[in-house]
Parts: sequence; structure tokens; C-alpha cells
Amino acid sequence: MDVLALLADGFATSLSPLNLLIVVLGVTAGLFIGAMPGLGSVNGVAIVLPLTFIVPPASAIILLAAIYYGAMYGGAVSSILLGIPGASTAVATTFDGRPMAQQGRAGLALIAAAVASFVGGTISVVLFTLFASPLADLALAFGPAEEFALVLLAFTTFVGLGGDDVLKTVVMICLGLVLATVGLDLISGQPRLVFGDLPGFYSGISFLVLAIGVYGIGEVLHTIETSKTAPMVTPAKLTFRELGAGLREMNRLWKSMSIGSFLGFFVGMLPAAGATPASLMAYGIARSTSKRPETFGKGNIEGVAAPETANNAASTGSLLPMLTLGIPGSPTTALLLGGMVMWGLTPGPMLFIEQPDFVWGLISSLYTANVAAVVINLALIPLFVWALRMPFTVLCAMVLVLCIVGGFAPSQKMHDVWLIAGFGIAGYILRKADYPLAPLVLALVLGPLMETSFRQTMIAEQGNLLAFVQRPLSGSFIAVAALFFLLPLLKHLRRPARRLEPAE
Amino acid sequence: MLRSENLIAVGLMGLSGYFMLHATALPIGWVEGSGPGGGAFPFWLSAIMLAAATGILVRNLRSPRDADAAPFFDPETVRAVASVCVVLLITIALMPVVGAYVALPLMLLWYLRIFGGHGWRVVVPLVTITPVALFFFFEVTLRILLPKGITEPLFFPLYAAFF
Repeated sequence: MDVLALLADGFATSLSPLNLLIVVLGVTAGLFIGAMPGLGSVNGVAIVLPLTFIVPPASAIILLAAIYYGAMYGGAVSSILLGIPGASTAVATTFDGRPMAQQGRAGLALIAAAVASFVGGTISVVLFTLFASPLADLALAFGPAEEFALVLLAFTTFVGLGGDDVLKTVVMICLGLVLATVGLDLISGQPRLVFGDLPGFYSGISFLVLAIGVYGIGEVLHTIETSKTAPMVTPAKLTFRELGAGLREMNRLWKSMSIGSFLGFFVGMLPAAGATPASLMAYGIARSTSKRPETFGKGNIEGVAAPETANNAASTGSLLPMLTLGIPGSPTTALLLGGMVMWGLTPGPMLFIEQPDFVWGLISSLYTANVAAVVINLALIPLFVWALRMPFTVLCAMVLVLCIVGGFAPSQKMHDVWLIAGFGIAGYILRKADYPLAPLVLALVLGPLMETSFRQTMIAEQGNLLAFVQRPLSGSFIAVAALFFLLPLLKHLRRPARRLEPAE
Repeated sequence: MLRSENLIAVGLMGLSGYFMLHATALPIGWVEGSGPGGGAFPFWLSAIMLAAATGILVRNLRSPRDADAAPFFDPETVRAVASVCVVLLITIALMPVVGAYVALPLMLLWYLRIFGGHGWRVVVPLVTITPVALFFFFEVTLRILLPKGITEPLFFPLYAAFF
């Protein structure tokens, strides 16, 4: 089979000593980032991205993907040992993971989380391998009209499925898109929105500056507010006997783990959904299909396995549209996309034709990352228990230093560091007022593509706006986008009393 | 809560208006022969943003919330967050003047010792090791020079040794 040959070539790349080392390093860093409450995959990737200049571009992306993967495994560690989710994606893991730890079964819960993550990750990587080429082939038929419609569709998923306030989501999408237009006009080359001719704005606002600001500085400010007291770490130790018992126990959970994997993969592909809702849905399904649903929430191992398979599968799922269509399925993959563009690798169908070595190297590295993650995760548990005792103030101070230096390094302009501070403080305040930040980052990353594709279509079609609807593919994307956009309105009409719902 | 929410909505409205003003520097309508003008995209998106932010404000004003809802900020949080923000801004302002290798350790010293209340056994190693690690990672390995300001001459012997 064609795919197998390509994948074999990919393994030749990903199994090179440098890339293997990078996967191990990335997964280990990701595990720590995921395990630390307050830092998730998106914060980790944003902070580490400027440091990846040290390796060649392809390896840098493999490193970031490995961090993403590791963070998904690591999130469960603090959910179980602290009762605080290490990242929002691991919220559902606390429901049964924490009770298990309190009953003295922390070791078993950690094994369940690691093995379930491995199963979810592996099943979804196989699905990824099967879907990647056909989807890229389909995307080859896309013209600018289809590209515009697809980006529009990505944004409307936030409106229809994001669950945040619709008006606030719209504000954030528009703000991100407008910030993306700062700098030189893509077509005429004239400067625009340079705010009093500040030279720093001529090169535009880098996605990295926004991401480090919002996810680095903003997160530190948020952590200062939320973590005033040091949490209690539940001790956990792991023996080989426990490991054997855990694996036997996991063997009975194939049903919820496969549901979690498939569900996670497909939910993960949607930009607005992703790992957090996927894991909550998988938890819900596992509970409702269980023979003893009353044991959920009281330390049922299935309640750990189901969300952990789903969130790992979702992280792989969100890579699929990013790599094949150039539309990221999550904020973290939006940063990966921005990083790839920065390295001169433009995601999308052409990447599969022009850079097959890179694409299949990355895909095969996901297989190795999974193996590395489950082994390192189980081996380093004593180290995690120790690291989780690190006070938040030490962690925050280090993150601040990395944000400042990491923000300066790529362009070496103090202008960017000031912007990072500004975005960080503004992002913190907006987040506090329940404005969603993921659409903002996604909009800044996708803004240039959206504008060029729109203007190219308009030029080609002599200003005929109907062109977007008349082409079959773009027409169907627009129709689905319109549906997503109308979804909140329909809900609103059916339940008018919900208008007074308070925003926390 | 409500007042802060309204302030944020008004701020966003102001921001979108400001963007619209700047966007009009380039044509915002149809340019014969070259499609939509360079200002069109930012202008009309800012207009949508203005409309949505106005919608948020109007909705807040029309549906007053519970008076005893949690306040947006409690005084303790404001003090902690604001002091970190101020120190962050001071650090960034100091970087081009006294250099990153003075400004960043000073920030760490403040954060760990005064804000975090850690003992010297934690503070001293972190404050001394961090700049050394930064120097070797950025300057020696990546050849990215961090701002040095007036401390630049002190680095000449180091440059001579490593470059």
C-alpha cells in the first residue's frame, strides 16, 4: 500500500538519532508542562517555540508536536495527584482520578491514565495516517473561494459550538483578524494600521507575540489570582506488580477506550471543540453505557480511562486539518501552524507533494512520541510527585523570564516585548470578563489566508459576492458555516428565558 | 462586576473605532481593476467588532445583574496582579538601559524574595544561574544577542572568549 511505503520513509526520518532524541526531550518537557497546574500544551508550545531555533525546522516542529503530546499525557498527573487539572483538557480526569488517589489507588490511576493515553494516541494516529492523504488530495482541488469558505467555517464553529458568549466570540474573531492586517497590505504593499507610523508595526504583529503574551504573561497573572494556597500532593509509588495488575484491569476497558479514541479524533478536528469537550463527552458516554453508573465519580478506573483516551485522540485529530488543509483544529495546532509558516513550511495539501519527507517524518514521529510518552510517563512518576511540590511563584518567575527573552529572540526588537506585555495584561483582563482567547489567536494566524483568498476571489470574479455560494465545494462550506452561525440563534428562540444567564 | 464589564465593552468599542479611523488611510471600497482596497478588510471587520461590542454593552445595560454577584476584582488580587504588571513593565523599560543581564535578575530577585517570600537558599541559585543559562543558550549557541545597554563593555571579554 502506498501509505505504508510513505510511512516507512517517514520512520527513516523520525528514527534518526537527532529526531529520536528530540522526541524524547519534547515528550519529557511536555509531560512536565502538562503536569504543572496553570501550564497546558498551548502555554508550553507558546513559551518553547522561540527556543526551537536551536534545531533544524523539521526537527523543531517534531519537538513542538512531541511537547503537545507529552502535555496531553502529563495533564492527568496533577488531576490525579493534586485534584487540580494540569490543563483544561484533563478536567474530566479529576472526576474519578482524584477519588482513586484519595483511596490510596493513585498508582493505579496514573497507570490507567498513561495506558489510556497511549491507546487513544495510537488509535488516532492510525486514523490520522489513513485520512491524511485522501484529505490532502481533496484539498488540492481548492481554489481561493474554497479556502475563504473553509476559514469562515472554522470561525463559525466557535460561534456555534464554542459555548462562549456569541457576541464576545465575534468581537475576539474580528479583533484577531484586524490585528492580522497590521503592517503592509498583502496586495498593494502599502503600510496600514501602523498607528502613528511606529516602525515596529511595519512588519506586522507576529502570532508568537500574541501567543506568548496571552498564554505566557496572561497565564502567569491568572495563576497569581487562582493559586493563593499551595495544594496538597498525594504521594504515589509504582511497583511492577501494580503495573501488571493495572494492565490486566485496562484489558477490560476496551469498549470505552475505543469509543473515546474515535470520538476524540473526530471532535478534535473541529476548531472550536477539541480535547476538553471530547474528554467530557467520552466520560459521559462511558458513564451512561456502564453497567454500574453510580460508581462513577467515586473512583471508577473507567472514568479515568475514557477521558484520557479522548483527549489524546483529540490532540491528534486537531493536527489533521492543520496539516492537510492549513486550518488548525485547536489553539495549540494554530501555534504549530504559525511556527511552520515561520520556518518556511506552509501547511496544506501542497506540503504533502513538496515536502513528503517532512510530512511523513512528522506523522511517524507521532507513533514514536506515543511510545516514548507512555514509557517516560510511568518511569518518571516519582519525579513528578517531587516537581509538583514546586511553588507557583518559582514557576511563574521562570515563565516570565522565558516570555521576555523568548519574545525578544525571534525578531530582536524591544517593540515585540512591549507588545507581549500589553497583550498579556489585556488578555488577562479579557479572559476575566469571559472573552474567549482561542478564536483571537486562531484569527491572527488565519487572518492573512482569509484576506488573500477573499481578495483573490473578488478580483477573479469581478466583485461578484455570489461566487462563494455558486461553486459547489465552497457553497457547501458556506452553508455549514451559516448553520453554525444560526445555531445559537435557534437555541435562543427555543428557550428565550436563557437570556439572563450570568457570566461568571 | 457589571461596571467593569461595561468598561471593557466601551474600551473595545473605542479600539474598533480607532482601528476604523486608521483603516481609512487606504481605500475601503472597490478599487477599479484591483478588487477591494487595502483598507477594506480591517475597516469592515472593525465595524463588525464595533457592532458586537455595542451589543454587549446594550445587553449589559438592559439586564442588570444581582447586586451581590462576585466583584470583578477583590482588593488583594488587584494588589498582587498590579504589582507584578508594574514590575514587568519596569523590567522591560530597564532592559535597553541596563541590559537584560541586570534587569532580569533584578525582576527574579523581586519576584522570588519579596513577592514569593522564598528563602535565600532558593533565591540565590535561581538569580545567579538563570542569566548564565540565558547567556549560553541565546548568545553562545543561537548567536542571538540580548540587549546589554550600559553593561555592554563588560561583555567584550566574554565575546572574545566564545565567538
